[in-house]
Amino acid sequence: MLRLAPPLTLTLLIGPVLAGLIGVLALAFGYFPALGGTALSLDAFAEAMAAPGFARSAWLGYWVGLAATAIGLLVLALFLAGWWGTRPFAPIAALASPLMAVPHAATAFGLAFLIVPSGWLMRLISPWATGLDRPPDWLIVNDPAGWALLAGLVIKEMPYLLLMALAAIPQTAPAARLNAARAMGYGRVWGFLTAVFPGVYAQIRLPVYAVIAFSTSVVDMALILGPGTPPTLAVQILRWHNDPDLDMRFVAAAAAVCQLGVTAAALLTWWLGEKAVAWLGRKAITMGRRYRRDSVFRVLGFSGFAVIALTVLLGLIALFVWSVAGFWRFPDALPDRFDLMRWVERAPLFAEPVFNASLIGLAAAGGAMVLVLASLENGHRRGLTASTRALTLLYLPLIVPQIAFVFGLLILALWLGFAGQFWAVALAHLVFVTPYVYLSLADPYEALDRRYFAVARSLGKSPARVFFTIRLPLMLRPVLTAFAIGFAISIAQYLPTQLIGAGRWPTVTTEAVALAAGNDRRVIGSLALIQSLLPAIALGLAALVPALLFRHRRGMQH
Amino acid sequence: MTDTSTTVRADRGLTLKQIDIRLKGEPVIALDAHVAPGEVLTVMGPSGSGKSTLLNLIAGFLPDAFEASGQILLDGQDITHLPPERRRLGLLFQDALLFPHLSVESNLLYALPPGGSRRARCDKVRAFLDEMGMAELGARDPATLSGGQKARVALLRVLLAEPHALLLDEPFSRLDAERRAAVRAFVFDCARKRDLPVLLVTHDRDDAEAAGGAITLAG
Repeated sequence: MLRLAPPLTLTLLIGPVLAGLIGVLALAFGYFPALGGTALSLDAFAEAMAAPGFARSAWLGYWVGLAATAIGLLVLALFLAGWWGTRPFAPIAALASPLMAVPHAATAFGLAFLIVPSGWLMRLISPWATGLDRPPDWLIVNDPAGWALLAGLVIKEMPYLLLMALAAIPQTAPAARLNAARAMGYGRVWGFLTAVFPGVYAQIRLPVYAVIAFSTSVVDMALILGPGTPPTLAVQILRWHNDPDLDMRFVAAAAAVCQLGVTAAALLTWWLGEKAVAWLGRKAITMGRRYRRDSVFRVLGFSGFAVIALTVLLGLIALFVWSVAGFWRFPDALPDRFDLMRWVERAPLFAEPVFNASLIGLAAAGGAMVLVLASLENGHRRGLTASTRALTLLYLPLIVPQIAFVFGLLILALWLGFAGQFWAVALAHLVFVTPYVYLSLADPYEALDRRYFAVARSLGKSPARVFFTIRLPLMLRPVLTAFAIGFAISIAQYLPTQLIGAGRWPTVTTEAVALAAGNDRRVIGSLALIQSLLPAIALGLAALVPALLFRHRRGMQH
Repeated sequence: MTDTSTTVRADRGLTLKQIDIRLKGEPVIALDAHVAPGEVLTVMGPSGSGKSTLLNLIAGFLPDAFEASGQILLDGQDITHLPPERRRLGLLFQDALLFPHLSVESNLLYALPPGGSRRARCDKVRAFLDEMGMAELGARDPATLSGGQKARVALLRVLLAEPHALLLDEPFSRLDAERRAAVRAFVFDCARKRDLPVLLVTHDRDDAEAAGGAITLAG
């Protein structure tokens, strides 16, 4: 049985991606008998590309996605190079994990509440600095060039990259290499970038590619922060899909194929950029410049991360303030009164979305946990570790743009009649949850001293009994943390919930994003805050429960 | 420890003035010594005797948890409070720590002080490799070298950075007995030819004796 776990896991990950891609390709080329398409044609492509603003939509996703990744990685590199191993580094870097757990939509709404013309930043500097007593008529959020979306992606993805880098650093002998470089006279920043960072980057390359794929094709954040006319290509696909004219589904599918092209082009550009940077780096290393005066770069790296962390945190506070705001005149920094009753009034409205989101999250994270534990235990018993190729497959659902294959999957689901079913939504979430559960459990699984299990086996216990009585209790903390991370990933999902759920499973995320076009900041504030609270509660419990259970076991406290 | 015959140029070499390192008030290691150019001072002691902590202090990498007093002079200059990159010390550890993403030659170019054209620099490194009888290693991936080759390349890398003193932290302990003597002779030979003061910390009596200089016991 256990032997089947790894292939089953990979099938559940790869199957939907491939099926979705096949569905999208069939539809894009006009062949889908269920929708009346019986002959191959390129008409849908022609229609998509002829739509006004199509090229601009495609370009938006491409440049915003690449720029967000590049800025995020640059801030990461400077922050690590300037501060890794110093006294303030560890407590500050510990922010990465809670920051990453804030869902995309909440991050985006928080940012919007700060930077819109009537937002908190403008209120804080008005009227004394700006002389304004009415919000200026500027298009800061939803700007046509996509700057707000770019900012949102950077503050969302940089903590994720930091978290991945923190996991990768210890495997690169960082202290010894940095010290060797510094002893040769290299400044801290350049020494780290040349001696340590290449090894770190080699290990976070797949996560970086996932960030590119996500950023070029994101839907929920683009609906909140991105341009309206024309929108990014991913949003345009959703609009065509929602068109009452069913024939537009062919056009949407063709655009989804184009989205694959956009993301592939971005990945290719990045790959060429990698080569160029490596070449320039080697050239620079040949010249041996030491760059000892690097305090500017240390300050830049620190302030870059500080601005990102503060923006997310202030955004969350802004969400809260709006959710309890009474009357709030424009230049006032705070509302005239705080009204907690607003939460009580709205509570019935939130019950269903919270329940749905939690149920889907528990099902997806639970399913992923079973699959991952079974796969890891299988590997443990047979002395196997995942090959690089298997890990790359694990990243497949994160590197293929979500909109492309989820859309194809929906078409199949509609055809086969399981769209809107709970299990279909949960399975769609499973595709995105499983990779993260695996990635957060694999290392702790390997790290546990194998001799514990040898001892237990030699005491006459069966492998299954050893797993449940030794392995799971010893790994309670990482298992619960991985579960909470999976839950957080599921809560944040917009597209699979909205599309595969066929609108029948409204969650805090879909409801909040649906409100993006409107202007009810009080309801948006509450929903986005609940959306961030659910993963926070899960992560909090994951830390608390083992601490309580093992409070009398000193060897279990880390 | 002071060699009286070198008092004429007493300010040259590595001077450790009343070094005293403590951890939470408990003494870790204390030393007062002068290492003249071309001389070797060996600090010998078991692991945990604080000898690596001593090297960390001298090189500028002492963790914050330790408190240290005393003064470090290199060729008369007080380097006690300089950042590591300004101390001009060459460090060799038991791991060669060649950067795995660079070729052997690039590792050496990394150490060579800036200046000169790309071509001149490459020529210089190749000539140096050649002089040391390792010309064929330049293009190699460091991961493919034998332990002895790695240790030698690591020494070349340190020497190319033009240090004013060498600090050796058990640099031979990972080598098998056969290579050990050869690498050891190579290292001490190079240091003596360049008139570098050398501080060696080791737990191995053979290493200490092969170094041929004064030996002080730690721990």
